[in-house]
Amino acid sequence: MEKTHTLNTLPESLELLPLRATELLELPISQSYVAAGFPSPAEDYLEDKINLQQVLIRNPTATYLVRVRGESMRDARLHDGDILVVDRSLKPSHGHIIIGVVDGEFTVKRLLQKGLRLYLQPANELYPPVEITEEMDFKPWGVVVWSLHKVNGGHD
Amino acid sequence: MTSLFALVDCNNFYASCERVFNPKLEGKPIVVLSNNDGCIIARSNEAKALGIQMGEPAFKAKDTIEQHNVHVFSSNYTLYGDMSARVMQTLGQFTPHLEVYSIDEAFLDLGNFYGRDLNQYAGEMRHTVKTWTGIPVSVGVAPTKTLAKLANRLSKKSKKADGVLVLTDERHIQEALRRTEVGDVWGVGRRYARKLAAFGIHTALDLRNTSDAFAKKHLTVVGLRTVRELRGEPCQDLEMVAPNKQHICTSRSFGAPVTELSQLKEATANYASRCAAKLRRQQSCTGAITVFLETNRFRETDAQYFNSKTIALPTATNSTLELLHYANLALQALYREGYRYKKSGVIVSELRPQNQVQTSLLDIVDRDKHQRLMQTLDKLNGALGRDTVTCAAQGTTRPWQLKCEKKSPCYTTQLKGLLCVGTS
Repeated sequence: MEKTHTLNTLPESLELLPLRATELLELPISQSYVAAGFPSPAEDYLEDKINLQQVLIRNPTATYLVRVRGESMRDARLHDGDILVVDRSLKPSHGHIIIGVVDGEFTVKRLLQKGLRLYLQPANELYPPVEITEEMDFKPWGVVVWSLHKVNGGHD
Repeated sequence: MTSLFALVDCNNFYASCERVFNPKLEGKPIVVLSNNDGCIIARSNEAKALGIQMGEPAFKAKDTIEQHNVHVFSSNYTLYGDMSARVMQTLGQFTPHLEVYSIDEAFLDLGNFYGRDLNQYAGEMRHTVKTWTGIPVSVGVAPTKTLAKLANRLSKKSKKADGVLVLTDERHIQEALRRTEVGDVWGVGRRYARKLAAFGIHTALDLRNTSDAFAKKHLTVVGLRTVRELRGEPCQDLEMVAPNKQHICTSRSFGAPVTELSQLKEATANYASRCAAKLRRQQSCTGAITVFLETNRFRETDAQYFNSKTIALPTATNSTLELLHYANLALQALYREGYRYKKSGVIVSELRPQNQVQTSLLDIVDRDKHQRLMQTLDKLNGALGRDTVTCAAQGTTRPWQLKCEKKSPCYTTQLKGLLCVGTS
């Protein structure tokens, strides 16, 4: 039998965050109650809205958006068309998913260190890992910090 | 000696911007073309080595370009502007005392950094900019701006310097001055160099050793300032706030010759609207608007016509609607049938702060209404992209628009231009 969820049976692991798109919806905070009316009991508890930009981008000067092409990282949940938030100011290290340049071509892979050897590891069994060798022209370009995957609403 | 300046200069800036998003071009010759794909305005080192000249028309270099597989780009000022801002913001991490001198150069006041290992500090700056932005820069450090500029120049030439040269030691300064031709000193230039050669002044060191009286007599007060700066006496401080412009010009060459008045109207309306937006950004109003028209002076077989018309405005303004109106009046007075126009432009001059505008007694324009409308316009175009909302007079198809056939995507400012990275 097919298992279905209703809104009431959402698994507990899903946490719903109160999110408002600041650009689209700006509610006037302090003017929502006129002086003559009863003061809002929530007045003292008002906080700034969540700014998605701040959540995703820690260092705007060094952050670039990049689009994924292909499915070799699909098991790391990076799919064709996804937008990656890439921070160039972070130092790439073992386990990071990075944007790298191999012989002049961009690639996105997981960086793995095994002993003294470095590998670019895809997340799809159809693709083999690549060892980074002395002869290879390899340069790290940036560290992927977020992947933005559209769930509903068609292509952007 | 307590003053200390750094000049940070991006190496082959436009070519470097293209390389950040196209690493295959590393080590390959690149040229960038001017508006309308006319002339070469930037070259990578490899392109310089092929003998391609700065400012050379692209068609003249065509053979070299084809023969050596030179990569050619139309200028992408959206990309270069964004990358420039990133470089400047990165430098801002090192000191808040920063003067953005041009799109690819900045002066930093390092006066507080005496006693530090300056070589290491400058190297750190260089490394951070390269890591955060991908743009290679060179750093020159010295007690005056003129010497910092000179140090920067030498840092690029010497392999040993590796992009960083600190000139604080008197012996090093002397040696650097001896190795620099006088014409390469900031603010001297070729014309003065010829004049100075007649007096036996060939190097920067020769120039530094002239007397104040000589410098003032032959190079004016500005030249005297240069001489003093070469001696290590700072005469120029940082200009941290860019002065508002005294006039603003927007002009472009057309993609193809234009003969119709209707098309000229559209183009002029666009330039006027751009001028108005720039005025509002610096919170100025203009008291006069000039429109000019040009045919192609290089096509000798074409009939030639160059003319301009200036209209003094009854009340200074920065409203797009008003400027469009006056630009159109000027254009109609200028336009002559039967010519193939190559270029037109709009200049606004007699600028003044917008809060110091005197309205004329006979003013019939509802200025508050215009102001509200313009604020809304700027807000919309700021949020949704340039030219999202325009005046009808600006047209929609823009057949006159300039050529830029080899422009790279706006990688950093448009979603549809994002860099695509394959996973295979």
